Parts: sequence; C-alpha cells; structure tokens
Amino acid sequence: MADLAVPSAGVDAHGHDDHGGHGAHATSLGLSNNKLAMWLFLGSECLLFGGLISTYMLYRGRTSDGPGPDQIYDIPFTSVSSFVLLMSSLTMVLAVTSSARHDDRSTKLWLTVTALLGATFVGGQVYEFTAFYREGLGFTTSLFGSSFYTLTGFHGVHVTVGIVMIMATRGMIARNRIPGSKPEVVELIGLYWHFVDIVWIVIFTLVYLIPA
Amino acid sequence: MSTATDPHGHDVATDAHGAEAHEEHKPDSYYVKIALLLAALTAIEVWLSYVDVGPLFLPSLFILMAIKFVMVALFFMHLKFDSRWFNLAFWTGLVLTVLVYAAALSTFKFFMPA
Repeated sequence: MADLAVPSAGVDAHGHDDHGGHGAHATSLGLSNNKLAMWLFLGSECLLFGGLISTYMLYRGRTSDGPGPDQIYDIPFTSVSSFVLLMSSLTMVLAVTSSARHDDRSTKLWLTVTALLGATFVGGQVYEFTAFYREGLGFTTSLFGSSFYTLTGFHGVHVTVGIVMIMATRGMIARNRIPGSKPEVVELIGLYWHFVDIVWIVIFTLVYLIPA
Repeated sequence: MSTATDPHGHDVATDAHGAEAHEEHKPDSYYVKIALLLAALTAIEVWLSYVDVGPLFLPSLFILMAIKFVMVALFFMHLKFDSRWFNLAFWTGLVLTVLVYAAALSTFKFFMPA
C-alpha cells in the first residue's frame, strides 16, 4: 500500500520500504499508524470517562447518611489544582515544540516540569481524598462517595500513568534510546497528557462547580 | 506526522502533511497566550460559582467548559492543524459519548422513581 500513498513514512528516495524496525510504516492515508492509534484510543477513552461522569451525575444526590458535595468540596483548593494541571498542558506543548525543533535540552526540561506539575496535581488529589475520608466520606459510605472516588480516582490514575510515561520518555531521550522518530514519540505522549487535561476541564465543571 | 530517518540519521517529516508539519508548531508565545486565556476562563468559572447570576449560571458554565475543551483540543493537541482523520477519530468518540450518555441519563430520569 505504501506505493499508493503520497510520500510517506519509511519510503526512501528509491521507493524502497524502510521499516526501520520501529513501526513507522506507510499507510494509504499517508498518516502515522501510531498517531492514528493514539487518536482512536483517545476517542474510546471519551466513552470510558463519559460512563464514569454519567454515573456520578446520576448518584451525586445519593449521600445516605454521609456528607454531600456541598459539605466537603473545597473549591479554592480544587481551582488551584485545576490551574496547575492546565499549566502542565502548556509545558507539555512547549516540550512538543522543542522536540520538533530537535532541541533535546529544552524537551527534557519541559517534560520534567510537566511531570512535576502533574505530580503536584496528584499530590493535591491524595490530600483531598484524605481530607474527605476524615470528614466521613469513605468509598462505601454512599453512592455519591463511590461514584466520586471512582471518577476522580480513575482520572488520577491516568495522570499518574502520564507522569510515568513522561519520565520514561525523558530518560530515553537522555540516553538517546528513543526508537523511531523522537518528535512523534513526544507528540504522542503530549496527546495523552492533553486528553487527561480536557477530561479534568469537564470534571472540574460538572463535579465541583455545579452544586448537587 | 509520520517520520523517517534520512541518510544522515536526522528525522524528516515525510507524510502527506509534511509540508505543513513545520508550520503547525507556532512560536512558544502563541501557546503561552492560549494558556493565559484558558486560565482566565477558569477564573471566570470559579467566580461564577460564587456569585448569583440566576438562570444564566448553568449555561455560562457549560459554554465556558466547552470553549476550554475545544481550545485545548484544537490548539494544544493540534487538531486545528492536523489531518481530518485524526479529527474524525476523536470527535466521533466524543459525539458518540455525549449521545449515548445523554440517552442513558434521560432514560433514568424518565423511569427511575423520584
């Protein structure tokens, strides 16, 4: 199929396929398989978070004897966390542009800052969960508690996975062990990270700012 | 963007959008401005949750949320500059999500006892 495509990945000047062993195969669309796969993955992730958000919306009023959203949410604290995650999207996009310029030093710097901001966000979430638990909201206290912890916990796990990917990528750049295209790898990690950010944009509004 | 390696070992953009690939990355100041705008929109959202704007409260929050969502997707995720196939993959998932869960929540609204 590669020869039907416009000039595409892995095709050299003589028309030979150069797979390079890194999966950068040409496609009839002239697009990167890796990037298309990431976008399809993110599209499917919408359904996962859609289900969790819908469950929360359905059960947020079911507090049983436990505390409700109005009693435990700390909007100023969560607003600062949201700001931190939003700024991590900025540092991630700066890492992507640095990588596109083949500026490894800046790429590593911005990736590190992104991971630190992400870790700050996760730390804030752990603090928030601890505070809520002390105020009487456990995972099994009520349907509200279960749906809240499941939704925000899943998001926190996604952020944590993102941090691990970012630091792994940073380490591989430092050791020059990125297989295939370095800018594309950083861009793929960036797509995942921005997706985690836009999911939080929705969670912040629907869960925290709209009262039950 | 698909890439390959040239004979000198440098990465080169080689896909159908390779021509635009170098233009799609704007200067850093461009992204800083977008981030500042997103931060300002977040501040407005938080402010709205403290003041009484009556029936405008929910629509305002939804509109601000949608603007922030689309801005991150278009500019930070480069969907505005990228292939329509990537747009299709993502927006299809999102639209499907909204439709499926709007239908599901409506069902609960109609059939669950108050």
